[in-house]
Parts: sequence; structure tokens; C-alpha cells
Amino acid sequence: MAAGKRVPFKNPVVNWIDERLPVFTMMQKEYGSFPTPKNFNYLWNFGAIASFMLVTMIATGVFLAMYYTPEKNHAFNSVERIMRDVNWGWLIRYIHMNGASMFFIAVYVHIFRGLYYGSYKKPRELLWMIGVVILLLMMATAFMGYVLPWGQMSFWGATVITNLFSAIPLVGDKIVTWLWGGFAVDNPTLNRFYALHYLLPFVIFGVVFLHIAALHVPGSNNPLGIDVKSSKDTVPFHPYYTAKDGFGLVVFLIFYTLIVFYAPNALGDPDNYIPANPMATPEHIVPEWYFLPFYAILRSFTIDIHIPFTSIVFISSKLGGVILMFGAVFLLFVLPWLDWSPVRSATFRPWFRRFFWVFLISCVTLGWVGSQKPEGVPVIIGQIATAFYFIFFLVILPLLPLFEKTLPLPKSIAEAVLKKSQGA
Amino acid sequence: MLRNFAILVGAAIVLLAVIPIAATTGTAFLDLFETHPKEAATEAPEAKAPRTPPGGWPQQGPFGTYDRAALQRGYQVYAQVCSTCHSMKLLAYRDLETLGFSPAEVKAIASNYQVTNEEPNDQGAMYQRQARPSDAFISPFPNDQAARAGNNGSLPPDLSLIVKARKGHEDYIYSLLTGFGQPPATETIAKGMNYNPYFASHQIAMPPPLHEGAVSFADGTPATVDQMAKDVTQYLAWAGEPHLEERHQSGLKVILFLAVFAGVMYGVKKNLWSRLK
Repeated sequence: MAAGKRVPFKNPVVNWIDERLPVFTMMQKEYGSFPTPKNFNYLWNFGAIASFMLVTMIATGVFLAMYYTPEKNHAFNSVERIMRDVNWGWLIRYIHMNGASMFFIAVYVHIFRGLYYGSYKKPRELLWMIGVVILLLMMATAFMGYVLPWGQMSFWGATVITNLFSAIPLVGDKIVTWLWGGFAVDNPTLNRFYALHYLLPFVIFGVVFLHIAALHVPGSNNPLGIDVKSSKDTVPFHPYYTAKDGFGLVVFLIFYTLIVFYAPNALGDPDNYIPANPMATPEHIVPEWYFLPFYAILRSFTIDIHIPFTSIVFISSKLGGVILMFGAVFLLFVLPWLDWSPVRSATFRPWFRRFFWVFLISCVTLGWVGSQKPEGVPVIIGQIATAFYFIFFLVILPLLPLFEKTLPLPKSIAEAVLKKSQGA
Repeated sequence: MLRNFAILVGAAIVLLAVIPIAATTGTAFLDLFETHPKEAATEAPEAKAPRTPPGGWPQQGPFGTYDRAALQRGYQVYAQVCSTCHSMKLLAYRDLETLGFSPAEVKAIASNYQVTNEEPNDQGAMYQRQARPSDAFISPFPNDQAARAGNNGSLPPDLSLIVKARKGHEDYIYSLLTGFGQPPATETIAKGMNYNPYFASHQIAMPPPLHEGAVSFADGTPATVDQMAKDVTQYLAWAGEPHLEERHQSGLKVILFLAVFAGVMYGVKKNLWSRLK
């Protein structure tokens, strides 16, 4: 990474280390002088914010792990001990608990930004796919973390989600038993979820490193979606984007701390303050908000598909839902090949832009549907929104470049920025 | 060539995807015209929306603090009324010092209860001793089975987190405690159950716990049902969230700091970027 000629550092200690292990040269190259398009808007802050959240979650999580007990008879009470008796334990726990939501907010904004400005397109396809891997790892980590307090929603959420795997034909039940470590969600399940919940964030950290490494090969996309043509188009990452990211991060922190200090339980379910009880199912099992759109997609498949003219069920509604839900994430992997328009930014794609907003609305709608009871009108709305989700990826994106007349692209970033500042 | 290929692939994927979606949406659409009279008839009545007492709760809002006098009265209601059936296992007697009780008073309160020592004595026998401030609240029943046996088969829930563990929180607890009454003619109440419109099924195993003058407050506050319900609700809110005041106060400092910090960072960013052409 730092091969070739090395520029010596003035500080003798730094220089001594850098001669032997060029970490300072690497930092200077990747974060100091790294040429970055000069026209980012504030949506480009969310990558840095997401990285900050990952570090926050690991840091607070390590301290929680010092007091948490992963045993079914003690887990709930050990969390309450942190909340009551451990010095500032309530703060660390509320930071961690709401941090999961903040991490997802940052990552969802980051993903939708990438979608709007075509950041997944050549040459950033692999960068995007690594990002989807991070999303999947985050989902697994968040899900297992939610199980650890061993409240009612922890227990029943774990039961519902692990049971999804029983939809897999033939081996489904065996897989579920294997996941549980028994014949029901029980102490072994809690133990392994704890082990994995501690492990996966470090895996995420590694994959984030790959994500950034892959980003630093072609460099960042930008709101115009056009390639960097000359050094006039860029500024060094430091101090320009360290300052801008810093400002954005502090504003985000204000929002985060408002929730931590003034509404720490607003995003959670009251049922999770009831200790897990395998004998009493909560009236309404709902996942955390960040899973609701996927939960809605899962429940949108309401019929069994039979082999024609027989009563043999070919795809049960459960299996269908599972296929749809995993399909919804899988589509993100192949997105770079579904949308083959050479123009990246939605700014120059009038029809893509319109469909993007409908897509965003349908995702929010799915989130609402996921929070409702699966009966009546929300089911229909959920099915329409699910249909649109798939139509967007599988019909609209592949066909749009055939019909859409894109707007003329500016010659360079520098020219567009200059024009904008003169116009204003 | 590439374009034609993309269209072909796209069309194939679309066909594959549209079939199940169309099937699902199709049947769901048909469901619209189906009625479910049987379900509607047996459906449990909706719980009434909980109400806030006039004046609200002193602990709510960004500057909210607990009313110490109300907490002490609330503890008295819990100790003399609720604790006959309901445990509060997550609290220790020493926690009561937060309510304004002196260490001596807490010691006296704890000494009213007997507890089995954690360790056996020198002869290896378990023995009973007076509770100390460091002991957790003594539960009214030795285990859940005994609690059920003593309550007609129903389990009185532990109250340590009850305000946080119910939708509606303080309002719900207050409404439930003051909401008992006679059922309307349309609703029948099972034997041994009590009518309360704020409870999920309108039928609750707990009989009305509060009666005018059930306790006598040392500070002379009249022990009306409404007063006792308000006080015990505040006490239960404190029990669930004992660090609320600390949280509200430190939150203010953190937000003020961040607001200033944001201003500084904005200035730095603005200044730096203005130097660019």
C-alpha cells in the first residue's frame, strides 16, 4: 500500500516508525492527501458516521460484556444490574441499545445515497457488494444482540426468526435444531448468540476495511456521478472532508444524544422489559424498526402455491415469504448489473429519479406495514409495496435505460461547481 | 447485442418474479371481499386508551424530576397494599434512600422483613435472619407456583419494571388502578374476574386494590383512591428508571456541549472551504 518512494517525516519518532512500518505514510496517502471530489453534499457524511457508530458499538459493547451474564436465568437481571447498580451503566447501555438504531439510520441513508447517485456502477460494483455484505452482517449482529437481554421480545423474536429456516424443504427442521442447540430457543441459543454477537462486530470491522480499501482504488463517486478528470476536481481529504465530516458527525450526535438522554426507550418495545417466558406468547411480535420493511416483505406472501391440479404444496406461504425476504437483499447484490445505464447520478436521469422516490416511499410504507398486525388493509398495502420493490429492481431498472432520455452531463466537476457558484 | 441480451435476461427474471407476486396480490385482493363475521363476534373488546391525570407527571419532560414526597407516599402504598401479592425483586432496601429516607430509616424498614441467609451457619443449617439494607425486596411468595396458588391461578407480575413494561407507561398504571367499575350490559365477566376497561380483555384477575383511606399518610395527604394511584404510579416509575434525574441533568450538559462543538466545527468547515476557489 505504501510501496515506492517514501517522503520522510519531520518528527524523528514518527519517521523512525514509518521507515520500519509505513503506517504514517499510508494514513497520509489514504486520509491526508487522498484526492476527493470537491462537490460532496452532506449525504456523503454518512459513511464516516456509520464508521463512528461501529466503533461506538464495539467500545460500549465491550464494557457491557464485563457485567452481562449469558445464562437464561441471569441474563435479564444482569442487564438490570447494569441499569441500576453499575456506575454509569444505564448510560453505556442506552448508548449501545440506541446505537444500533443510529447505526442503521446512518447505513440506510448511506445506501439510499449510493442508490440515488449510482455509486454501485462501474467501477464500484465490488465496493457496493462488500457494502451489502456489511449490511447482512449488521442485521445478524443486531438480531442476536436484541436477544441477549432475554426479555419477551428477545425470546419470541428469536423464535420467529430462527423458525424461518424451518421453511427450507427437507432439511429445514434439522437446521433449526442445529441453530438452537436444542429443540427450542433456550440457554444454548442464548450462549451461542452471545458468542457470535461479540465476534461479528470485529468481522464487520474487517469487512469495512475492505470496503474502504475498495473505495480508495477508484475513489469516491460524487453527486454529479461523473469521473474525476483532473486535480481541479478534487481537494485533499484532510482537512477539507475531515472538517466537513466532523461537523456532520457532531450534528448527528446531537440527534443521537437527544434520544439517549430524553427518549431512550422510544425505539424499543415495552414487552422487552418483561423477562422471557416460553409459556406466554406476546400478543404482537414485532422486530426492531430497522427490520420492519423486511418483516413486511416476509409476511406479504400469504398463499401456498400448489403443483397444478394437485394438493401438493410446492411453495408454502412461509417458504415463499422467506424467499422473497432473502431475495429482497439478494437483489442489492446484483443491482450493478440490473441497472446498466451508463449515467450514474439521478440528477441526470429524470425517470430514474421519479422511480427512486416511489421506491423510497414504498420502503417506508413497508416499514409501517411491518409494524401493523398482519390483517386487513395493511396486508394489501404491504403486498403492493412488496410488488413494487421487486418490480423496481427487476423491471424498471433493467428496462429504463432503453426508454429514458438522460440529461447532458457537465464536462467536469470543477466546471459544474464554478457554474453553480456563479449562478448563485 | 449486449442490450438485447439484457432485455432477454430482464424479461426472464421479471416473469419468474411476477408469478408469485401476482398470485399473492391476487388472492389478497379476493380476501377483501371476504367477510369474517365469526371472528368479529368473538373478538376481545379493545382496551380503553389510558388517560393522564390533570397536571401530568413531574418526571416527564426534559427537566422532569421525581417528587420525593409522592415517592415516599407511593412506597407506603406499595408496602401496605401492593406488596401483599406483588414482588419487586430488582430493588434493594438501600435503594429507598433515594426517596429521602435516612440510612437509619431504611435499616428499620428492612428489619421488618425476614430472609433466609445465603450461606448456611457453622452447623451447615440454613437460617432466617432480619433483612439488611443490602437485601433485595422480600417477595410475598416463595415462588411463582405459590403466588398462583394464592391468587386463584393468576400470577401477580413483579412490579420492578411495570411502568416501562406496559404500553402507556405511567398513564396506563394510573388508569388501571382507578379504572375498576361495573361492566356494561354487553360484556359478561367470568367468575373471579374483575371489570377494568383499561386492561387488554377488560377482565383482570386483580380485584380493585385501592380503597379510600386504605393507608394513612404521615404528611396528612388525604388517601383518596386517585391520590394513592398517582403516588404509587410515580413510585413504580422511579423503581423502573431510578437514574432518570441523573439522565435528564447530564443530558442537558451533553447537548449544550455538542451544540457549542457543532458551532465551532461549522466555523472551521466554513473557514476552510471559503479559501477554496
